[in-house]
Amino acid sequence: MTLTQNRITDLFAQKSERLLSVYFTAGYPQLTDTRTVLRGLQQAGVDFVEIGMPYSDPVADGETIQQSNGVALENGMNLKTLFEQLADCRTEISMPILLMGYINPVLQFGVEAFCQKCQEVGVDGVIVPDLPFDLFVDEYKTIFDRYGILNIFMIAPQTSDARIRFIDEVSDGFIYMVSSASITGSVSGISDTMLAYFERVRAMNLRNPRLIGFGINNQETFETACQFANGAFVGTAFIRHLQEKGTSAGSIQSFVNSIRA
Amino acid sequence: MQTTLEPQTSFEVTNKGFYGHFGGAFIPEMLYPNVEELRQNYLAIIAEPSFQAEFQNLLTDYVGRPTPLFLAKRLSAQVGATIYLKREDLCHTGAHKINNTIGQILVAQRLGKKRIVAETGAGQHGVATATVCALMGLECIIYMGSVDIERQKPNVDRMRMLGAEVRPARSGSQTLKDATNEAMRHWINNPVDTHYIIGSVVGPHPYPDMVARFQAVISLETRKQLLEKEGRENPDYVVACVGGGSNAAGAFYHYLNEPSVRLIAAEAAGHGVESGHSAATTALGKPGVLHGSRTILMQTEDGQVTEPYSISAGLDYPGIGPLHAHLFDSGRGEFYSITDDDALKAGFNLSKQEGIIPALETAHALAALNYMSLTESDVVVVCLSGRGDKDLSTYTKYL
Repeated sequence: MTLTQNRITDLFAQKSERLLSVYFTAGYPQLTDTRTVLRGLQQAGVDFVEIGMPYSDPVADGETIQQSNGVALENGMNLKTLFEQLADCRTEISMPILLMGYINPVLQFGVEAFCQKCQEVGVDGVIVPDLPFDLFVDEYKTIFDRYGILNIFMIAPQTSDARIRFIDEVSDGFIYMVSSASITGSVSGISDTMLAYFERVRAMNLRNPRLIGFGINNQETFETACQFANGAFVGTAFIRHLQEKGTSAGSIQSFVNSIRA
Repeated sequence: MQTTLEPQTSFEVTNKGFYGHFGGAFIPEMLYPNVEELRQNYLAIIAEPSFQAEFQNLLTDYVGRPTPLFLAKRLSAQVGATIYLKREDLCHTGAHKINNTIGQILVAQRLGKKRIVAETGAGQHGVATATVCALMGLECIIYMGSVDIERQKPNVDRMRMLGAEVRPARSGSQTLKDATNEAMRHWINNPVDTHYIIGSVVGPHPYPDMVARFQAVISLETRKQLLEKEGRENPDYVVACVGGGSNAAGAFYHYLNEPSVRLIAAEAAGHGVESGHSAATTALGKPGVLHGSRTILMQTEDGQVTEPYSISAGLDYPGIGPLHAHLFDSGRGEFYSITDDDALKAGFNLSKQEGIIPALETAHALAALNYMSLTESDVVVVCLSGRGDKDLSTYTKYL
């Protein structure tokens, strides 16, 4: 598949080291904070963002992100509102934007309508943990391709080499390496087992760039991830930071500096 | 949506885990290896002669099968039809749930798993899981919603006495849905040595099919027993309650391709279908994805899962198994919404008429009899899925 223009593939064409992506939940802590946080992250120099589409039953997420999802839903966040909030974001946001969330709200919105909206507001890709690769290829890939929306897939320590190769072959953009067998926010530090897995995947010389997520929460873990991959994701740690320190540009800048100096 | 009936083949799960439009395995990649390991092995394991021998032996000597098919004469006279009760309440631990946990623990052993995790609503599946873990000497962790821990205390005590660790699920409505979320999270965090014993015909493929196969013993026995008693294998109706739907799947299983047998599913309407406090999934739900399968799901317009309500913890679930979604969608199954009040009345009635105190879940199936247009010649089998001891504190409020 060739995409005429996608900010994600453009980004990786320009930069292949120490990329930092930050996750935050749309409509959190306040409904109208989505754009504030987005702007703050761009100013703070992150390479791209994943905006969480809140869901009532986020099974791959730990307590912190579950709670932020709950608050955002209480605030009235939904996909319609999120797309409205992002409507003119490309006037000020140039970095790639991914949406991250679970499949059911997307199905109810309508997969085609969802992809169309993504294209319209300038979303470049999605990460949907409970939409497995095989089902995506069977049922939805042609729709995503039609609107030039990348679907980013995860691999985990137990993913077989054969399956990693298969995912690498059919996906575009990059591969999301889940650092350990875990839900978000439940990993502390990087173990030897994780290092062995990072090394195993690095040695496979995949076609796609790789970013490591889950358990990246400070400079040390970020730097370690960057030794084995093109960059890393931070999620839970940033949600905790927003809870404690708020959404001001200064607060976001100091968080980003604490991860990638 | 498919509306025509294709009885010969369409109720069997496809290779990819679908029943019609429903099923599949919508799981995060972190769970893929576990689920795939199970998918590749479950049919071969179940077919092994050593597995079958051990399974049958435990069902007979430990669970106490076959369970009786009891002709309920006074209830029959009341209802105006011949009513048989398939006495799953007489299984060891007091409900059908153990048919599945025996099967799954034997699968888990053959996959080399050391630890079991499970969710529970009413506590019956938790007790059945804790029981087989004690029997086999495996570590057992049970997630249960905080609300359910309160209302099903005797079962919590039983699980603890059996050596299980009961962990409260404090997210969401703190009931079965949330306990299932927590059990899935636990499994993601412990993928290699842990087997997740799902308690119903829900979850990613192959769970719905595997659980249905283990529960199928209910209808296998029913056919044989009905032949002895009535000279026919097929009743006119089979009636069962549906939360996730495991006892219904078992009671229907060998009748799925017998179009003359009408399959009746009783869902929990709570305070009433339109009351906003209900768990009547097919009446209120739309197709969606929950706990790893595409099914019919109670949800908001935005696709957020709705908090269900039922007086019965075992039916307090916003989805149904994908097989049942397909039975509903295809018209093969007939679904009734039964309120708390109807269920309570039916529970008291059976106690007084037949000397059997049914579980509140089961009481929903009994209440459905009052809404079916039955005639004297009809032969009806009701799956009496569980006994009501665990519900005494609820029942006694209405004495």
